[in-house]
Amino acid sequence: MSSTPRASDAAAVQAPLIEARDLRVAFQMQRGVFQAIRGVSFSLGREKLAIVGESGSGKSTVGRAIMRLNPPSAIVTAERLTFKDVDLLSASKKELRRLRGRHISMIMQDPKYSLNPVATVGEQIAEAYRTHHKVSSREARERALTMLEAVQIRSPKRVYDLYPHQVSGGMGQRIMIAMMLISDPEVLIADEPTSALDVTVRLQILAILDDMVKERGLGMIFISHDLNLVRSFCDRVIIMYAGRIVETVAAADLDNVQHPYSRGLLNSLPRLDQKRDRLPVIQRDDSWLEAV
Amino acid sequence: MTAISVKNLSIVFGEEDNETKVLDAVSFDVEKGEVFGLVGESGSGKSTVLRCIAGLYTHWTGEIRIDGQPVGAQLTKERCRKIQMVFQDPYGSLHPKHTVQTTLAAPLRIHGIGDIDRRITEVLRDVGLAPHLRFRYPHQLSGGQRQRVAIARALILRPSILLLDEPTSALDVSVQAEVLNVLSDIRDREGLTYLLVSHDLAVIGHMCRRLAVMQQGLIEEVVDYADLSGGRAQQAYSRMLFDASHHYDRSMANDITAARQAGGGTIHGA
Ligand SMILES: Nc1ncnc2c1ncn2[C@@H]1O[C@H](COP(=O)(O)OP(=O)(O)OP(=O)(O)O)[C@@H](O)[C@H]1O
Ligand SMILES: Nc1ncnc2c1ncn2[C@@H]1O[C@H](COP(=O)(O)OP(=O)(O)OP(=O)(O)O)[C@@H](O)[C@H]1O
Ligand SMILES: [Mg+2]
Ligand SMILES: [Mg+2]
Repeated sequence: MSSTPRASDAAAVQAPLIEARDLRVAFQMQRGVFQAIRGVSFSLGREKLAIVGESGSGKSTVGRAIMRLNPPSAIVTAERLTFKDVDLLSASKKELRRLRGRHISMIMQDPKYSLNPVATVGEQIAEAYRTHHKVSSREARERALTMLEAVQIRSPKRVYDLYPHQVSGGMGQRIMIAMMLISDPEVLIADEPTSALDVTVRLQILAILDDMVKERGLGMIFISHDLNLVRSFCDRVIIMYAGRIVETVAAADLDNVQHPYSRGLLNSLPRLDQKRDRLPVIQRDDSWLEAV
Repeated sequence: MTAISVKNLSIVFGEEDNETKVLDAVSFDVEKGEVFGLVGESGSGKSTVLRCIAGLYTHWTGEIRIDGQPVGAQLTKERCRKIQMVFQDPYGSLHPKHTVQTTLAAPLRIHGIGDIDRRITEVLRDVGLAPHLRFRYPHQLSGGQRQRVAIARALILRPSILLLDEPTSALDVSVQAEVLNVLSDIRDREGLTYLLVSHDLAVIGHMCRRLAVMQQGLIEEVVDYADLSGGRAQQAYSRMLFDASHHYDRSMANDITAARQAGGGTIHGA
C-alpha cells in the first residue's frame, strides 16, 4: 500500500491541483443534445485518484474537459474548473497551450490514434521535449532515447526510428508515457495507461508513476477498468455511472462499496484462482440515473 | 481434430542491414472448439502470430494448417470467411467515416450474403449494443462501444475460427463479463475455436485450459492454466507473469527490474 487514505484526503484539502464543481459536458448531436457529464464535482491533490466506471460513463470526457480538448461539438460548463488558480474555462488558447504538456498532461486511451502517423515515434518524443525546453536536436534525441529506456523499451535506438504503425500496442502506450515523462507535468491524467502492457512491464511503469507522485508531488487521475490494480495502486477511487459520480471511496475500502452498481463491478471480475462458469453481469436499474 | 496448427513460424521485418526477427520458429496446436491463450511480453510477437494466421502478412516462413489443410501466404475469400480477427486497437480498426451500419454491412456485401438488416440487428444484440447506435460514427462511441462493434464485425460472417487480440482490454469489467459470456455462448452453440491474446491472466484462466507464454519472438512454453496458477510452470518468466498479476506491489516491481537487468532484458531461468 502506498499512502493512507486519510493522508491523501488531507493532501486534497490542503492544495487542490485540480478542482471541478458541477462539471457538465453536453454533445451537440444532429437531433438534440446528449448530456454526457451531468454534474461532477471532485478535487485532486498530490495523490493518485482513480476514476472507474462502465464504458460510456464519461471518464475520458472528464479527462478531456480538464485538458480542454473536447471536440467543438461539446458544450462544457462548470461552477468551477481550475488548475491551481487558473480558471480553465476562461483561459485563452495561448494559456492552455502553455499549460498542456508542461503543467497538465494526458496519456490518451488510444495511443496510436494520438500519435502522428507520418513522423517516427522518437522524433515525436524529442519534439515534445523541445516544445518546452530550448535544447539542440541532438540533446533532445538523447533525452528521448533515455525516456524510451526508462519505459522498458528494448533496443531504444531501433524503436526511435519506427513509425506508429510499426510498433506493438504496448509499445505505443509506453511511447505516450515517455512523451509525458519527458515534459514532467504537475498533473497527469492517465486514461487506461497500462491496459496494453504485460503485467511485468506494467508493474515497472506503475513504479515510475508512483515515484513521480511521492517524490515530485505529481497529482494523478488514473482512469482504469482494472479494479484489482486500482485497489492496490491508488489512494482514492471515484466510481462513475452515466455521467455522474455514484460513490467516492478510499482505495483500501473498495471492497466495502455500497452502491449496487459498484458492487456489481466487483462481482463481474474474473478471478485468478477460482473458475466460474459464467461471470455475473450487472442488472441495471433506472433509479441509478437519478441524482445521488 | 486440430483446428490451427502452427509449425516453425518465423518472420523478419526491416531492410537487409537492419533486420529484426520478430518471430523465431513458433509452434503450437489448437484443437477444434478449444480456447487457446497467448500471453507474454509486450512486443514479443503475439499480434504478429495472429496476423500471420489471418493472412495479413505474406512473408512468413514455416507452416500454418487450418483444419489440417496447409494455407499459403495469400489470403483467399474462403479463408477470410473462416478466420476472423478482432484487432487490439479499437480506433485504428474501424473506418472513421463509416457508421456502425456500414461497417457491419460491408463484409456481408463482399461475400454476397443477403438479409443484411436482420443479421445486423442480431449481431448487435449478441454483443450487447443498443440498436440505435447503428447510425453512429466511431468517434461518437466510447472505447468499449467501439470494441463491441469490432467484435460484431468479426462475428457477422459466422467464422469457425476467431483470433481475438486483447478483445476486452478496452472494456470495463461489467461489459467485459458480458463480452466473455457472449464469446463462451457462441462457442458452445456453434463450436467455434478461439485463439485469445490477453495480458489479463484472470481472463485467460476464465476462458482457456491451455496457453502459450511468449517472450521476444519465442514460445517459452505451452502450459495448462491449472499448472500455471498452481505454481508449476517450467519457466521463470511464466511464474513471474502470474505472480505479478495479483496487484500493484512496489518490491515486486524492483524484483522484475533486477531480473530483467540480469538477463539482458529477458527474464531467464527455470
Ligand atoms: N464527440 C462525441 N459526440 C457524441 N457523443 C460522444 C462524443 N464523445 C463521447 N460521446 C459519448 O459520451 C459518453 C461518454 O464517453 P466517454 O468516452 O467519456 O466514456 P468512457 O467512460 O471513457 O468510456 P470507455 O471506458 O469505453 O472509454 C458516451 O456515451 C459516448 O458515446
Ligand atoms: N511493420 C513492422 N515493421 C517493423 N517492425 C514491426 C512491424 N510490425 C511489428 N513489428 C515489431 O514486431 C515486434 C512484435 O510486435 P507485436 O505487435 O506482434 O507484439 P505484441 O506481442 O502483440 O505486443 P503488445 O502486447 O504490446 O501488443 C515489435 O518489436 C514490433 O516493433
Ligand atoms: Mg474512455
Ligand atoms: Mg499486440
